[in-house]
Amino acid sequence: MKKNYGSIYTLPMAFWVTLFFLVPVLIVFLYSFLERGEHGGVVWIFSLNAYRDMLSPTFIHILGITLFISLLSTALTLLIALPCGYYMARSRRKSLYLFLIIIPFLTNFLIRIYAWQAILGNSGFLNNLLMRLGLIDNYIQFLYNEWAVIIVLVYSYLPYAILPLYSTIEKFDFSLLEAARDLGASHPASILRVMIPNIRSGIISAVLFTFIPTFGAYAVPKLVGGGRNSFMLGNLIADEILVNRNWPFASATSILITLVTTAAMGLYVFANKSAARAAQRKRI
Amino acid sequence: MKKSRFSRIVFFLTLIFLFMPLIVLVVYAFNESKNMSWTGFSLVWFQRLFTASRSIWRAFWNSILIALSSAATATAIGTLGAIGINWYSFKLKKYVQTISLLPLILPEIIIGVSMLIFFVGAGLHLGLLRIYIAHTTFNLPFVLLVLMSRLDEFDFSIIEAARDLGAREHQTLLKVIIPMAMPGIISAFLIAVTMSLEDFVITSFVSGPGSSTLPVHIYSMIRTGVSPVVNALSVVLLGGTAGLVFLMRPFFKYITHE
Repeated sequence: MKKNYGSIYTLPMAFWVTLFFLVPVLIVFLYSFLERGEHGGVVWIFSLNAYRDMLSPTFIHILGITLFISLLSTALTLLIALPCGYYMARSRRKSLYLFLIIIPFLTNFLIRIYAWQAILGNSGFLNNLLMRLGLIDNYIQFLYNEWAVIIVLVYSYLPYAILPLYSTIEKFDFSLLEAARDLGASHPASILRVMIPNIRSGIISAVLFTFIPTFGAYAVPKLVGGGRNSFMLGNLIADEILVNRNWPFASATSILITLVTTAAMGLYVFANKSAARAAQRKRI
Repeated sequence: MKKSRFSRIVFFLTLIFLFMPLIVLVVYAFNESKNMSWTGFSLVWFQRLFTASRSIWRAFWNSILIALSSAATATAIGTLGAIGINWYSFKLKKYVQTISLLPLILPEIIIGVSMLIFFVGAGLHLGLLRIYIAHTTFNLPFVLLVLMSRLDEFDFSIIEAARDLGAREHQTLLKVIIPMAMPGIISAFLIAVTMSLEDFVITSFVSGPGSSTLPVHIYSMIRTGVSPVVNALSVVLLGGTAGLVFLMRPFFKYITHE
């Protein structure tokens, strides 16, 4: 009796995600092993050309740039988010601060990128300000390079890192820090060796929430990046689909991103499990 | 209090970092000149937004239509799915649960590309229909997560009681489960509407020419450079969001207190 109802309840959802998510992803997987068609699409001949193309210096360079930008953005985001989460968790105005962190994100993602274009552009706010102050005579090009991409990525994903850190730090028992200091640890040492290990799960969530979307970034490098050093894997996929019409190569690159993302997620689950096991051992 | 001075400085600098772009955006919406140097107060960009920007408003209504319809579909399917996963055991349960949450962890571009390839292969050319399907798909995991945690909170014995008292399955669903899950259903719907209004990457891949949502349209405006009409639009959107949040306070109270 029970068994039947369970399948009936989940049937529409199972049907929907199978048809519109699993099947498309499987098609992409399949396409990555086929020959490219002349005007987009594929020819049904088995081929490893798409994966062989990944060994080209151009691709390696794009992969390196993508890793550089996403890892550096993730590290910067974490460095900013940790003290923020700490301060918010210790303050008496928690809900006000939470609200303030979330407010900027009530505006559309593209409008936030646009705001940075307006600030960093050649005739933008910052250049105007610097010129009016007499600090520079001619504009400085802030936009259209890898650093602009990193700034906007950090800006875009900062709250996603602050929120999980805040919620784990809030649960942290701060008397442990006092105990460490009573036992002679300096303030930085007590933070590094007592607090950080205890809020590991929050740190891992923050890293994942920033690394996964920045590794697959597309819109930010497209709008504020430029040149060879901010062309990321996401832009490569779009170009291969829409411009070069090399669908198998776009598919293979998508599969690579999917594998990296899934591996990161797997590490997260593994780390959480081992953290839970360690906690259990301590309790015994 | 000396000990948290460093974190306090970082936190307030971060707030400046987060708010500065928005403040610049809003201030320059009232600037007379097209450039980012201040020449005087003016409402000319708002006038242009409301009188000479029909394509923006067409995209806006597309966005609203897609957001409401895809959020409604995702909420309906996802609520039933959460009920099935939480309270029943059945064949392929692990499969359904995993596959329904997976779109959450993949970068948007992967979902966009795979859906585009799928739609082209399936010969589906209607832009709005494609966007509706894509949005429903990426909204499902959020609905499922919200509803599953909501259903976890309440007591299964209430449902058993309804059954013992002779309620049929559909009566239990309509008169017990859904009313109890209503705060969760409403918040899932609101999250889905927000995600849909916000999405750019997936939409830009699946939408064909002629059918754009507001973010896709904004993209086409800002790709060519700074345009103060976008500033005016963002002021209107910010005001609209703030107004909606204000109007929906009773709903939020209902969701959080229940």
